[in-house]
Amino acid sequence: MTIIELVFYLFSTVLTLSALAVITVRNSVYAALFLVLAFFSSAAIWMLLEAEFLAITLVLVYVGAVMVLFLFVVMMLDINSERVREGFARYLPVGIIVALIMAGELMFVIWTKGAEKLPLLPGQTDAGSNTAMLGERLYTAYLYPFEIAAVILLVGIVAAIALTHLGRKPQARYQDPSRQVSTRREDRVRIVSMPSVVADQQEEDEA
Amino acid sequence: MSLTLAHFLALGGILFSLSVAGIFLNRKNIIILLMAIELMLLSVNMNFVAFSRFHGHLDGQVFVFFILTVAAAEAAIGLAILMVLFRNRSSINVEDMDDLQG
Repeated sequence: MTIIELVFYLFSTVLTLSALAVITVRNSVYAALFLVLAFFSSAAIWMLLEAEFLAITLVLVYVGAVMVLFLFVVMMLDINSERVREGFARYLPVGIIVALIMAGELMFVIWTKGAEKLPLLPGQTDAGSNTAMLGERLYTAYLYPFEIAAVILLVGIVAAIALTHLGRKPQARYQDPSRQVSTRREDRVRIVSMPSVVADQQEEDEA
Repeated sequence: MSLTLAHFLALGGILFSLSVAGIFLNRKNIIILLMAIELMLLSVNMNFVAFSRFHGHLDGQVFVFFILTVAAAEAAIGLAILMVLFRNRSSINVEDMDDLQG
């Protein structure tokens, strides 16, 4: 067994066990943390497949942003875990049966297509950086879908803020930028014309 | 015996079956349902990356990039809807959401 196979089996075992923990653990916070572990181990497997950029993106975007969002929401909500769990034992048999049937079907397809005889290509390590090649594809052949993805992210931002924004509280103090910008000099500074008394007094003192 | 395409496809299949089982088991808890959907997307991405390596072609990885983008937007909007739901009825139990009487 080579070192690559060892790494693959190690990380796929961790990935499968943490996925199992995500769906069975009682506490939602632990489920989110096990999902983080699953993302980390699948990032390691993607590294093995020479998809370095995506592995780093998975850790940065998913673990760094999406899972933190999940953890925030889980901790902000007050979940009654007893009530939420109550159908677990009842649906356990059907869940196991469906999972086994689905896994069996998928394995059957993989086996009949003879995928176990198809070795992976030797790899593209001499073809240059994975990130550079991916960027080249993204900004040439996939430029239009890339722009659409950016718009989808913008829609996500606007929708999330519009859904959760509560509006301005009536008693809160806030700044009005349009009033700040349209301020004129006359509103702020008042120039007072005064007789120059100080100079006369100085002359008197000298005399 | 070295690593073949079947290893990675089998891993993706096991992950997908586990997340389907998770949707059956945790049908009361929306947060775990969202996490199971994230796991499903991860298993599909695993297949894409494996096929991309198998064909020696980067287009599969480009698609994984787009799936990650859409999944991030989906998670953000889903959690925002969840927050509004919890604010309005102080519960995220799926059984409490029967207003449409479907």
